[in-house]
Amino acid sequence: MSILDIIILLPLLGALAIAFGAPARSTAMASTGANLLLGLVAWGLYDPSKEGFQLTASRPLVNVPEISYAVGIDGLSLVMLLLSVIVSFCAMWMAPKVESRQKLYFISLLFIAAGALGAFCSTDIFFFYAFHELALIPTFFMIGIWGSGENRVATAWKITIYLAVGSIILLAGLIAFQSQLSNGSLTFDLVTLQERSAEEAIPARAQGWIFLTLLIGFGILVSLFPFHAWAAPAYAAAPAPTSMLHAGVLKKFGLYGLLRFTPMLPEGLETWRNLLIVLLLGNILFVGLVTLAQKHLDTMLGNSSVMHMGYVFLGIASWNAASGEPIGFTGAVLLMFGHGISIALLLGLCGKLRERLGTVEFDHLGGIGKQVPVFSFLFGLAAFAAAGLPGFANFSGEVMVFFGGFQGYGGEGFNSLQIATILALWGVVISAVYMLRAYRSIFLGRRPDDLNASPDIVFTQRIPCAILAGALLVIGFYPRLFSDLLSF
Amino acid sequence: MPAYYLEAAVVVLGIVLMLMDAFVEKAEKSLVAKVGVLGLIGVFVALFFVRGPEAGDAAPIWSFYAVDPTALFYKGFALITTIVVLLMSLDYRGVLQHFMGPEQEKAGAGQGEFFYLPLFTCAGLMWMASAKDIVSIFVALELVTISFYVLVAFLRRNVGSLEAGVKYLILGALSTGFFVYGLTWLFGLSGETELSKIAAQLANEDSAMNLYPKALLFALSMVLVGLAFKVAAVPFQIWVPDVYQGAPTPVTAFLSVGSKAAGFVVGYRILQPFIDANTTPQLITLILAVSGATILLGNLAAMQQDNFKRMLAYSSISHAGFLLLALGCARTAGSQINVQGVMALYLGGYLAMTLLAFHVMCLVRDQLGGEEIATYKGLAQRSPFLAFVLLIAMISLAGIPFTAGFFGKFYVFLVALQSRYYVIIALAVLGVGAGFYYYLKVVRAMYWDEAADDRRLAVGPMSKAGMALLTGIILVLGVYPTPILSLFASS
Repeated sequence: MSILDIIILLPLLGALAIAFGAPARSTAMASTGANLLLGLVAWGLYDPSKEGFQLTASRPLVNVPEISYAVGIDGLSLVMLLLSVIVSFCAMWMAPKVESRQKLYFISLLFIAAGALGAFCSTDIFFFYAFHELALIPTFFMIGIWGSGENRVATAWKITIYLAVGSIILLAGLIAFQSQLSNGSLTFDLVTLQERSAEEAIPARAQGWIFLTLLIGFGILVSLFPFHAWAAPAYAAAPAPTSMLHAGVLKKFGLYGLLRFTPMLPEGLETWRNLLIVLLLGNILFVGLVTLAQKHLDTMLGNSSVMHMGYVFLGIASWNAASGEPIGFTGAVLLMFGHGISIALLLGLCGKLRERLGTVEFDHLGGIGKQVPVFSFLFGLAAFAAAGLPGFANFSGEVMVFFGGFQGYGGEGFNSLQIATILALWGVVISAVYMLRAYRSIFLGRRPDDLNASPDIVFTQRIPCAILAGALLVIGFYPRLFSDLLSF
Repeated sequence: MPAYYLEAAVVVLGIVLMLMDAFVEKAEKSLVAKVGVLGLIGVFVALFFVRGPEAGDAAPIWSFYAVDPTALFYKGFALITTIVVLLMSLDYRGVLQHFMGPEQEKAGAGQGEFFYLPLFTCAGLMWMASAKDIVSIFVALELVTISFYVLVAFLRRNVGSLEAGVKYLILGALSTGFFVYGLTWLFGLSGETELSKIAAQLANEDSAMNLYPKALLFALSMVLVGLAFKVAAVPFQIWVPDVYQGAPTPVTAFLSVGSKAAGFVVGYRILQPFIDANTTPQLITLILAVSGATILLGNLAAMQQDNFKRMLAYSSISHAGFLLLALGCARTAGSQINVQGVMALYLGGYLAMTLLAFHVMCLVRDQLGGEEIATYKGLAQRSPFLAFVLLIAMISLAGIPFTAGFFGKFYVFLVALQSRYYVIIALAVLGVGAGFYYYLKVVRAMYWDEAADDRRLAVGPMSKAGMALLTGIILVLGVYPTPILSLFASS
């Protein structure tokens, strides 16, 4: 039994305990808190000098095709694991007072957390896929029952149908992928598939179609332009802990998948690189401009989260574009971590704001900075991180992604990747504009008369915020903690 | 103990219950069902101890009665289905009482038949699982169908039930006609009634079947038409929504699980040699076309239904489409995967989730008096247990991982991708996407919406145990389907 088994099981056991009458909030916090510690232990146990997956455990379940419940982590999954345990714990802690059906609320949250953890720790692509779907129904519940806004019903349907269709396309892609590498025996074991693809690559034409299917499937899950319509409204309507988990952690599943499979499908990426570049520019520039136009903090954050996915895609698109270490990939992973933490903090704070003031519309806000200094400090910190200010994890990620675009550039004309990188740089300006504008219109300026008085964030609630902010700063100042773990 | 004792035991049990119903006047009618359940459980246990023909045993019965994994699996399948249907009928007594009429003096009058007729259906289904001769296939099929004619129209004071009965009778008879006509052509071409002997002639290039492939195709198409009626495949699905909606709910459940499984067992037994031999490649095209249309129509039509029972009728059509897709891949799935195992797994999951859904429906109908999805509003408050098991049934029908339904669909996708039927895969993706919408509509009603009043639902201990068992089956098959798959691994 691996420590990873326990990490995946704990939230599920917590959910079970709650169903049988354990106090909901404290059980949820206890199980995710224990998970945070176990995650750190796993980090300690992980030996970066070794190749391949570590802390593995495997139980065969099906013979044809070979499917086993197999867990293990390499550097990439370790970073995602840490992201998941940090955000899950903080999301539980920051959950507001639940008026009705508290049990179901926390059970749903724990299932989302378990789904993400399971997906990142599985080394069998069947369970990699299956765990992600574990979060589908809980999300449906969370938005439908406790969501806010007039359109929550439509939004809940939208996210559920989008993600369901995305997943089923993804499933088709995954099955097609492993069929190509069947080589005598069908298997879903990731390590075997990696070995087989290293021995004999999939024919280029097949790679192309499989990559496209995976790109669409994963793309829908990550809100790749033009499949992004579900994301912003869902994050705005969902209760804060759900959107923290979803935008912060679960959405990274698609990117994680692309980071896993692209190295096995290099010619597939080659075929569709220009398409991917166009789409990711849609994320960065089009959605960036959409974000500028938002009048509510929640939809702005939702859109900004969609927009920032574009940078991660840019990192993915730089795979194999030049020889040498794929720093674009490393940057993408750092950015996933940084973005996950910063958006979780922002969405959590946005939830607190809604709780206190009853509105998150910019026009009705303003000038509360004096009353709530700690709150405005934390918000500013997260906003600067999200905008890519140096010193935060996001910055180190973005910079490496941009370097990845220009890797091996010798002064000749620009190729499409480099043009995209230059255009994407303007996205940084866009993010700075909307983040600063949001900060100004909430915390600075004149305070509208009809705004409720609001107390500052209480001490106990400052702790999860401090954990998130601390993670951003630590990785921002010392990205080697993670980049040394990664090898592609 | 030879395997055919099982069918004999079920028939004898049915006759005993019939006599009990007629002569033991003091007993409650529900006792008939309870004894039936116990007896069937006994037969189910006996299923694990039966044997096929011993070496040198040339008794004529073995030429039309097979004892192979398929036969044993589907016998167990029929038994479990019937047991659950009887449990359901017990929870449906209120509705029966209502429609059997207040004019009857005695409570429970006229209910006895409802409890023992399913046993004869069960015997037919079990025989069908073993039938490997076109005559015995036909006889078994008729035993099933005729008892269904009675059961579907059982609520004699309910117009819907009577309408369903008439529709089922006419269309059922018509489909039987097609089926028998196809079988006679097969007999005409081969001069044999035993399926294995017919199949053996395919290897012979000078046999009539190879000389006249068009005649063979005609025969197989007729058989396919007959089976398409039974399994509710497009374009012969028209009877399904009305009959399913009108029939008493336990019978609907029986129809949608038992009848469909029987259709696929027989379909596989008859068609598989011809799919393999590929004398008539059009046959596969035909099956695939029917499958694609069935998936599409079933799922799209289900989206608009507000009546839960009718929605499940369309859902049952769509599942037939997925099963047909698996059947169509029988030749091309590659040597590693046994399509029969895939179909058994799919049907096994389908049994659990469909029966579970219909069982909840029986209870809700009995105690809240409605079958609309709106009736299920706030079910999570009325009975957390029922809401939870229905949730599991719905997500399994939708095909969410960690449920049996997902593994079924997973394997169908797997064999279809192995066979490179990309167009139908695209249709299936669409169908699954649509499926999420209408199954979750029920989930939404149960969990999001508030109940109109604060009535609670009571669940009896026997029903609760049955439902918990089915839920367990769904969840276990969702991660560990090997028990079913390994049954078919060697064959």
